[in-house]
Amino acid sequence: MTRPSQNGPLLEVDDLATHFFTRAGVIRAVDGVSFSLKRGEVMGLVGESGSGKSVTGFSLLGLIDPPGRIVSGSVRFDGQDLVALPPAQLRRLRGRKIAMVFQDPATTLNPVVTIGDQMRMALEAHGVRGEQRTRERSVAVLTRVGIPDAARRLKAYPHEFSGGMRQRVAIAIALLHDPALLIADEPTTALDVSIQAQILAEMRGLVADLGMALIWISHDLATVSSLADSIAVMYAGRIVEAGPTAAVLRDPRHHYTRGLLDSLPARAEPGRDLVQIPGTTPSLLALPPGCAFAPRCPRADETCLAMPALVSDGLRRHRCHHPLGLEGAP
Amino acid sequence: MTEAFLDVRNVSRRFAPRLSFGDRIAGKLGQPIDARVTHAVDGVSLAIAKGEALGLVGESGCGKSTLGRVIAGILPPSEGTTAVAGEPVMSQGPRRHKTTTRVQMIFQDPFASLDPRMQVGDTVAEGPIAHRLTTRAQARDYVGRWLTTVGLDPGFAARYPHQFSGGQRQRIAIARALAMQPDMLVCDEPVASLDVSIQAQIINLFLKLRRELNLTMLFISHDLGVVRHLCDRVAIMYLGRIVELGETQAVYAAPQHPYTRALLDSVPKLMLDDHETTAFKPIAGELPSPLAPPPGCHFHLRCPLVQPICRQERPPLRAVLPGRESACHFAPFPPGLRRLR
Amino acid sequence: MSGQASPLSRFWAEFRESRIALAALVVVVLIVGVAVLAPLVAPQNPYDLANLALMDARRPPGYVGSGGFTHWLGTDAQGRDLLSAILYGLRISLQMGLIAGSVAFVVGVSLGLGAAYLGGRWEAFIMRIIDLQLAFPAILLALVLSAMLGQGKAQLITALVAAQYAYFARTAHGAASAERGKDYVEAALSTPLPAWQVVFRHILPNCLPPLIVVATVQVANAIALEATLSFLGVGLPVTEPSLGMLIANGFQYMLSGRYWISIYPGIALILLIVAINLVGDQIRDQVNPRLKR
Repeated sequence: MTRPSQNGPLLEVDDLATHFFTRAGVIRAVDGVSFSLKRGEVMGLVGESGSGKSVTGFSLLGLIDPPGRIVSGSVRFDGQDLVALPPAQLRRLRGRKIAMVFQDPATTLNPVVTIGDQMRMALEAHGVRGEQRTRERSVAVLTRVGIPDAARRLKAYPHEFSGGMRQRVAIAIALLHDPALLIADEPTTALDVSIQAQILAEMRGLVADLGMALIWISHDLATVSSLADSIAVMYAGRIVEAGPTAAVLRDPRHHYTRGLLDSLPARAEPGRDLVQIPGTTPSLLALPPGCAFAPRCPRADETCLAMPALVSDGLRRHRCHHPLGLEGAP
Repeated sequence: MTEAFLDVRNVSRRFAPRLSFGDRIAGKLGQPIDARVTHAVDGVSLAIAKGEALGLVGESGCGKSTLGRVIAGILPPSEGTTAVAGEPVMSQGPRRHKTTTRVQMIFQDPFASLDPRMQVGDTVAEGPIAHRLTTRAQARDYVGRWLTTVGLDPGFAARYPHQFSGGQRQRIAIARALAMQPDMLVCDEPVASLDVSIQAQIINLFLKLRRELNLTMLFISHDLGVVRHLCDRVAIMYLGRIVELGETQAVYAAPQHPYTRALLDSVPKLMLDDHETTAFKPIAGELPSPLAPPPGCHFHLRCPLVQPICRQERPPLRAVLPGRESACHFAPFPPGLRRLR
Repeated sequence: MSGQASPLSRFWAEFRESRIALAALVVVVLIVGVAVLAPLVAPQNPYDLANLALMDARRPPGYVGSGGFTHWLGTDAQGRDLLSAILYGLRISLQMGLIAGSVAFVVGVSLGLGAAYLGGRWEAFIMRIIDLQLAFPAILLALVLSAMLGQGKAQLITALVAAQYAYFARTAHGAASAERGKDYVEAALSTPLPAWQVVFRHILPNCLPPLIVVATVQVANAIALEATLSFLGVGLPVTEPSLGMLIANGFQYMLSGRYWISIYPGIALILLIVAINLVGDQIRDQVNPRLKR
């Protein structure tokens, strides 16, 4: 079980930058990202494709392959800086204290090994041995994520599960070692709404019962709003706005967040034109100077040619020269 | 209802597994082989009026894409007929092919639906040239006009698909369909693979096209929000059958089938209050395999209202309220009964 | 978006990065060049009997003959300059390889695409025959056919095509079956476009990358196959001396120390085939997305 909650954050990411050095140029996939997370807290990391939200998740685990590299910043987890940690020690943390779940469980499950064996190997990799112990633990987590008849299902291969059940198995494997932090990268995007609803309900129960922290990476504001305590909105490799979820979504400060909310059909009157964000996301190889959102922003002016600083007012942060609702304030 | 512009009559589409030579011999020799037939679409009848947009909603594997492909003339139905404006979509006979150009299709993935080795101008022009809607000499202007209609620069015609973003490619695919001057579009999840901000642009484009060209649309989607925004009526599909059909607003407000109710309850909503938590009411269980659908009502395994009759008798899709059809034995439900459990 | 450069120039930029492939390409181009220009670059016309003198026969490399020029690679049993004979032989070998390869390409690709497009019984029928044929060694088939048809260019090409079209058919069928299920083909079908247009303007161009790889390798194979048949005496008539026949002619002198009559044509043949295969390997690596870095 996780340690009783201590004061101070579990995870503190400071000025993290991950760049990819490709033939075509340097891609600043993550550039100066900072946030912190307490035990038992759920943070939604929101953005569109290419915003850097997934790369941020991978960077926390040190899972960046060449030509990519973490070029600066620190990731303090439970008192240790993961960026400075030698690979061997990082491996010992990964899968045990920090676990990850991906959009497509096929990428994490081995198709030719039964899930029982996969779970046993995952346990043995971190020193949990013994037929009896590994079996009990596997059945316990599978039951916990809502897989009926778990003891019998240990002998099944991944293809014998439906998409939703496979994702539950992937979550169960992530939970094997009672991680203090779970990073979930679009885990319900490929699933049907009825299955997504089941997994979301399951996730909320898990966080409440196990006290683990959760980073929920998604493009879907609605799922994040129903799950996350805090939200960070990313655009072109940077966090443009962050704060308590309901407050940010009710009363966004950044024009990009506003635009995302307004373009949701669920909030518009049927048949009327949606408020759309003009243009497309910029190429990370050719970012505009200053605020990357400026070319699509209704409020942009010449001041936006300089990169706005991340302004913090206690609970909420935003990176905009002309924040909504705060204009005129110093 | 006004006269049916699109008329789908009792369409079924089955997929038999392709047996290998060895399997067939094994089968002849009496070995048990898995030759179960998938009933992707199971006796569906639909009508769409001229200028109307119908949403077709369901979860993956419910047969909505297969039905869309039958209506667009890509797949011949195993049984039943489809006709647009009185013209059959497909020829009869042993090698069935599409005979009308009045219905065109738009696909989900704009990275797969454009030929990567063809300039987009040629992609848009080849259909109209083959059907003499334009000539080779005038194709340039013709293509330019349709690219402009979908909000693209006519100068893009000489580029290849890889030079465009997802949203731009979907616009090109829409231009290709429109250049055939269809009366009807079948759109299979056309915004599902696009980013939120780009989704809104494409939805607005569809709204504009409907206004300006009086298009009839079949809009296939799993996204109830998008369908509510774009469609006049909605059909809910479950395991190859339509279970509910009616005006979009009315269906969303008071569904007349337990599956529709459950589906609507599953959609996560934007929570704007600090301590609000959604009470998710997930549907129990998962979609049964279309290889072995349960007897009677297909939904009975997951239905909170299940009764013995549901396990035996297939409920027909029937009018339960004015302008509303439902395939539940117990519909219509009294107005007070909003929650089913 | 990924640059404005045309796909071809990007392909070339990537190709150039492999030094071995680049060197092999240079070799192929050089060999094809000298073969095409053989009448201009060869020291003598080896098949003009007026040029030959029996006293020049079987001379070692470097010998200065009665024609007044140096035989850099020596001379053969008839007193021919071996270098000239090899250049003329390359001409014939390349010609046979390219013609047989092209005909096999057209026949095989048509069958493979047709099978993939038609589906059903036709597909099963065509592909079973092709599978059956692939189970036989190509050399055996070509040998039997050549023996049955007799000598001559047309007969040899027939034999080579019969031995090789199945590889093209197999590849075309596999690629086309994969392409057929893709959305852009469904889009073309739902327009609807005529079948020939779907097959030749959409499916075929997208199947070309693997086919080009097979074509390169098969041209090399055709050249080797032709050399084998000619070596065995069932290929081309003596009036069309390809590399295989040159090797065969010198074979009897191998053990008497006059190695050059067989060895140099052999080296030319190996050089050509290895170079073509190296170029083919590089193209395969580049068109196979799974090997992409």
